Amino acid sequence: MARFLSSVPELMDAGLRGTRLPRGRALALRLGAITAFLALWSLLSGAVVVLKLFNPIFMPGPWLVLGNVLDMAVRGPLWIHLAATLERVALGFGAGAALGVVLGLAAGHLASVRNVIEPVVELLRPIPPLAMLPMFIVWVGIGEVSKVGFITYATFFPIFLTTVNGVRQIDPLLLRAAQSLGARGLGLFTRVILPAALPDVLTGLRLGVALAFFVIVISEFIGAEQGLGYLINDGRNFFLVPQMLGAAVVLGLLGYAGNGLVRLLERRLTRWQHPA
Amino acid sequence: MAGGPKIRIQHIAKSFGPAGRAIPALAEIDLDVDERELVCLLGPSGCGKSTLLNIVAGFLAPTSGTVLVDGRPVSGPAPERGVVFQEYALFPWLTVSGNVEFGPLLQSRPAAERRRTVDRYLDLVGLRAHAEKFPVQLSGGMKQRVAIARALANNPAVILMDEPFGALDAQTREVLQDELSRIQRVEHKTILFVTHSIREAVYLADRVVVMTSVPGRIKQVFPIKLPEVRDRFAPEFTQYESDITRVVREEVAKVRE
Amino acid sequence: MSAAATRAVALLGVLALWAAVAHGNAWLGVVNPVLLPTPVEVGRVGLELAWSGELTRHFLTSLGRVAQGFGLAALAALGLGLLVGMCVPLRLMAEPVIEFVRPIPPLAFLPMFLVWFGLGEASKVAFIGYTTFFPMFVAIAASVLRVDVVLLRAAASLGASRADLVRRVVLPAALPGIAVALRVGVGLALFVIVGAEFMGADAGLGHLIMEGRTFFNPAQIVMGALVLGLLGSLINTLLLVAERRLLRWRVAA
Repeated sequence: MARFLSSVPELMDAGLRGTRLPRGRALALRLGAITAFLALWSLLSGAVVVLKLFNPIFMPGPWLVLGNVLDMAVRGPLWIHLAATLERVALGFGAGAALGVVLGLAAGHLASVRNVIEPVVELLRPIPPLAMLPMFIVWVGIGEVSKVGFITYATFFPIFLTTVNGVRQIDPLLLRAAQSLGARGLGLFTRVILPAALPDVLTGLRLGVALAFFVIVISEFIGAEQGLGYLINDGRNFFLVPQMLGAAVVLGLLGYAGNGLVRLLERRLTRWQHPA
Repeated sequence: MAGGPKIRIQHIAKSFGPAGRAIPALAEIDLDVDERELVCLLGPSGCGKSTLLNIVAGFLAPTSGTVLVDGRPVSGPAPERGVVFQEYALFPWLTVSGNVEFGPLLQSRPAAERRRTVDRYLDLVGLRAHAEKFPVQLSGGMKQRVAIARALANNPAVILMDEPFGALDAQTREVLQDELSRIQRVEHKTILFVTHSIREAVYLADRVVVMTSVPGRIKQVFPIKLPEVRDRFAPEFTQYESDITRVVREEVAKVRE
Repeated sequence: MSAAATRAVALLGVLALWAAVAHGNAWLGVVNPVLLPTPVEVGRVGLELAWSGELTRHFLTSLGRVAQGFGLAALAALGLGLLVGMCVPLRLMAEPVIEFVRPIPPLAFLPMFLVWFGLGEASKVAFIGYTTFFPMFVAIAASVLRVDVVLLRAAASLGASRADLVRRVVLPAALPGIAVALRVGVGLALFVIVGAEFMGADAGLGHLIMEGRTFFNPAQIVMGALVLGLLGSLINTLLLVAERRLLRWRVAA
């Protein structure tokens, strides 16, 4: 039942707010939507072949992409590349997150630390992390270390910044209340500051994961023999478009899964925010 | 003066939800509002008085029944029925005068005339000095006065007010009630006013319509025979208050069950 | 001390620290001095390139690509975002595409764009356009959806037609959200242009930086990165100023 906004009252009540859909219908809509997208894609690629619009190699249908992915999965190479990418992301993100959270907590809590770190961060922040990739390569060569190091560098900033913010935005009233109940020093830190800052820290981690997947590709374009990024770029040489698209989709799925994991963690650890 | 009431609410009923499992909000409502009358809809929370007002305004379609304003049926919002909302609904990107000017601007009134209109109504609500301020700079009471000026500036046939002073603190509330009373003595508009404050209703209304709890019905209508300028502490005033309170209490007790 | 002064002092402090570390290293020979360029060396490379006009050329090339790609994407995002925000069936149709594309990092499609459009300007512009379109589109549609219904009701009861509602209520009310969306888009464009210019480009700041790697000239890398940072800050500040002017009504003086 299409809602075309032909009158002012409709525009006001439905068109802008949108209809509130119940859970089940929303899910059905999602799945239906993706199916529709795939259908459209198939139609388009089919049309390209039938109507001879351009060389169909440039727009393979979804079945070709899927076929390529499955083929590589069955024969084995997909897993090798997937593992390579995952390993780099995991190590890089892990290091970046550890550094970001630890330094962020320190900088958020202690003005002395903040005054030292903040100017450096403020200087480096406007510079797109990608610009530093060649630097890492020059320093450490085209190996695993440069890739992992680069991811650490890239993920550090958002995690650091959101952690600092998480600590600093804590309502001073909460701290005073805790102190008047006897909390001091380390106790205050672990029992009040940490839990209060946790939601922001987790948001920062989520951003970090997304960013890690965002930048891993480019570092795998340059000087890699394995990895999903490598697969994508490698496909360029022989116009293996299904491979390029397939690897991209797999990467997307990985990122989605990573994001989902952090969200799960979020829901667990900050259950007090949404007890429902 | 044209014959017949200004607002005629005929057999209005409203239910929400899918057919078969619909929740009735309003049962048969019949009400006439005469020209220059200020009628208050009074009742406990959830009795449907705001729903009724929204139907008269044209924001909601009734399940059955019609509303006639000046003899013409209501089928949607229109400038003939000005509205003052509890949340002020001022356009934050426009100044005070920009807000008041909005209706005349939509009707393509010439600039000089708009200027005069804006000045007149800002004077009426006493905010001429703040004409170039933005809503974010105003207090709640001031915002509501701008909203009233905005509604009046468009020269509507009737004005609908949905608990307009509900978001204000007690002092400001009484000040604004005085303001509205004074404005009404100048402008003589036809006003349908929703409130859950008995005191407010007795102070402002020519007639107080007490509604029942869900599904809303008209329980009793109290004509208020008090002078134009009312004394909140006069014995007659308090008498009306207690009479109406008794009736409302019965309804409140029903909701609690 | 004012905020600006504190900033300046902090910046000088960092510069001093950098100089100290770099020069100290050159003197002590801890690491190959080439790998840790001093501010002086970086400055020198910058001046050389500026003098020869090369820096300007690369700078303008990158800027041009960002401007074109972002410009196209912004127009599309505005038009479609408004449409989708106001029309329920269109929104339901747009959602599948967004859900599918969103998790995939845009850079993963860079080689695709190179295959589709070749190695010229078109591929870079198209890539920037693609990257910035979706986030801006989603954000703009969201800000349209968030327009308070009571404002629409107020306008309608003052006599607004559908066109009036869109022009005089929806647009101004959604404007703050649109401004943020555009700012995010520009940031994203600047973020990926570097990466896009690493491969299959022979001009642009990203290419300049990559060249620094190819010819083992880290000073050039640092210089390129700093110029990029400067460009980003400049654009961001300009946008913030523009935003504050346009949205004067949000924070009254």
